[in-house]
Amino acid sequence: MMGPVAAYLPGNRLHLQHGPIDLIIGADGDRDVAFAAAQGRFSSILDELVAELAALRLPMGADVARPMGAIARRMDRATRPLSDHFVTRMAAVAGAVADTILQSMVQAAPLTRAYVNNGGDIALHLAKNQSLTLAISGHYGAQLGRATIHHSDRVRGIATSGRHGRSHSLGIACSVTVLAQNAASADGAATLIANAVDLPDHPAIIRRPACDLDDMSDLGAQPVVTRCGPLSLHDIETALDHGHRRAAEYVRTGQISAAALFLQGQSCVLNPDALTLTNRIPAHA
Amino acid sequence: MTKPEKIRCDACPVLCYIAEGKTGACDRYANHDGDLVRLDALTILENAAQPLVPFLGEGGAADWDGTILRADRPFVTAVGAGTTYPDYKPAPFIVSQQVEGVDMVTVVTEGIFSYCGVKVKIDTDRHIGHERDIVRVDGEPIGHVMTSEYGSKMLSLGGVEHLTGGTKKEGRATCDALLRLCNREPVEMLIGDEEIAVIVQAGHAPIINGGEERLMRVGCGSASIGMFAKQWLGHADEVVVVDDHITGVLSEHQAGKLLEIPPTGIKIKGRRSTPGRYFQVAAPGTGWGGTDITDPLTILGPFKSNVAWEGLRLLMVSTTGEQFAYYVLDANLIPQPADMPDPLKRSTDIIAENCEPSVCSVLFMGGAGGSLRAGVTENPVRLTRSVKASLAHVSCGGAEAYVWPGGGITVMVDVMAMPTGSFGYVPTPALVAPVEFTMRLSDYATLGGHMDQVQPVDSIPQASARKITTQGHDPMARENYRWTDG
Repeated sequence: MMGPVAAYLPGNRLHLQHGPIDLIIGADGDRDVAFAAAQGRFSSILDELVAELAALRLPMGADVARPMGAIARRMDRATRPLSDHFVTRMAAVAGAVADTILQSMVQAAPLTRAYVNNGGDIALHLAKNQSLTLAISGHYGAQLGRATIHHSDRVRGIATSGRHGRSHSLGIACSVTVLAQNAASADGAATLIANAVDLPDHPAIIRRPACDLDDMSDLGAQPVVTRCGPLSLHDIETALDHGHRRAAEYVRTGQISAAALFLQGQSCVLNPDALTLTNRIPAHA
Repeated sequence: MTKPEKIRCDACPVLCYIAEGKTGACDRYANHDGDLVRLDALTILENAAQPLVPFLGEGGAADWDGTILRADRPFVTAVGAGTTYPDYKPAPFIVSQQVEGVDMVTVVTEGIFSYCGVKVKIDTDRHIGHERDIVRVDGEPIGHVMTSEYGSKMLSLGGVEHLTGGTKKEGRATCDALLRLCNREPVEMLIGDEEIAVIVQAGHAPIINGGEERLMRVGCGSASIGMFAKQWLGHADEVVVVDDHITGVLSEHQAGKLLEIPPTGIKIKGRRSTPGRYFQVAAPGTGWGGTDITDPLTILGPFKSNVAWEGLRLLMVSTTGEQFAYYVLDANLIPQPADMPDPLKRSTDIIAENCEPSVCSVLFMGGAGGSLRAGVTENPVRLTRSVKASLAHVSCGGAEAYVWPGGGITVMVDVMAMPTGSFGYVPTPALVAPVEFTMRLSDYATLGGHMDQVQPVDSIPQASARKITTQGHDPMARENYRWTDG
């Protein structure tokens, strides 16, 4: 069995990996102490999650018991308010891991800025007067937009979900990027907004039960999108509108601060003050 | 076949049960035919400087374990590069290392190719369709038959017109067929209105209308006469080498004249070219020598009674030596089947022996355009110029790529020289193929490269990479470059 591994990447970054978890970590300030703390906290993360994995994979609902582990509780807090729709706590696992590692770093050392990027789900730390600019990339590297986050904003988490990520999606969004108070909340909300970007019964969309594709999936027999053909502009706008409505609901209830939704070259954004999109047509070779 | 059982992956505490053909939660490990295999994010070639051939001593090749390789210089390929870490853009890996005192940079990226296709060479004389016939997969046109080459048929498959210029279904079928061909998987295609079924797989013999081709012909019928005439002398009075292109007739052929073989009064159907050479003796097909015939006598007219004689010995053979028949003329000058004398049997064996094994070759061809070059440099045309000036070397998955002259960076590469599973696709549809640009660090700076992204090869997470030892092309070899010294 492979244990957790750590490596330094160029640009003063730390790479931590264990099983399915890959973290890229940066810190300004007492970096060595912060990285040591991150590594220390990381060593048991996967074991903590695996201990409750079966329960965490079950559908979330108001009557579901709260889990024990610290990371699992973050996942629970992030997804419980979303349980009007189908969701499991695994929807927030990446963000919750990022939040947990970031917290260990901030507690260990004075840092002006820090981030923990867990496969696109990012937890942020900003000291007073600090800001951080992020670029949102499309699946193939084209820059889709930028977000600058200031200390005074409530945003400390950014997450992206959609069809081209590691997890299966119930919707057709190419990607949905969400800014929220922490990475776990952003992660869970991005998943559900991406699921809402959809056109039920559209012939260009092929779906299969998630368990057919991956029988360990927490999505069970839910129909996940395996293929989405080119859509008409009208269909794209309709699908984006479905996602927009769910995102607007989360903004209203304070779940998230901003969101950008992308589908087949079209996009829409909630709270454009926090998130600006660059309009570039992705170039192909 | 019983359904293979799931296997338990013990690479990490998640302990996934992985079904056949599926991956675990990490997407790093998979069940491949019941074996737990690592699906690596990145393929690193451990390159030997020169192609090595096993030394065939007393023990023969079996004793050679292939370990005497200079595996000291890794080359990071682009296979899997695009899927590693989302924050490695612009190009996922820009790798530097010292090679013979020169700081070399390899810009590693996976390109999305809408302008791409494959050129397929099928070693066969059998008829697989006429030039310009449409090649179909799943009922969709994906390409066409090109010119015939020596002993081979050529197909041009894919290209932007099929990928994006036709219907959605056509694009998808084309992309899927290209992907499978490039990843060395078999693809069944139907060619032309005759719907000749051909199964093409890189590195394997073609299967034409259900029959596996074995041999590539030694030459056309006329050339075979020239090569083997002497061996027939004294054992046969007439030899016909049946070939869809150029059927050869010994007694009329220049080679026969030189050996003073007398006329036999044979009459060949078809169009006579120069002496002893006939075109179109039959229709193209999958029978003798790429014709549609199964009985060779059907291409003969009656022997001339004033020239032929009773007891005349006639050998008929195909261009691969796989089909042959021996006849003796009876009193009515009708060929009657007879037992073939051993010397003639040996000559047909030699024809077969001189034929190479029939294989399908698949060359990926694509153009590296806009965004792909932008991943390498801020000024894309400078990359094109550097490639043309041999300052930058292009490889695909570490394999040698032929760069077409003229504008742009249009490359051709043999998929058999690339690591397995090098290709992917996007639903656009388009193929995803690995491309590496290797050059001196100083040249990379000059062409406006992303210098801040360059990282030493040691820092690439090699522990998680797939390593392949190659004995072939070395993208970093000194002779690839035009510069004179470091």
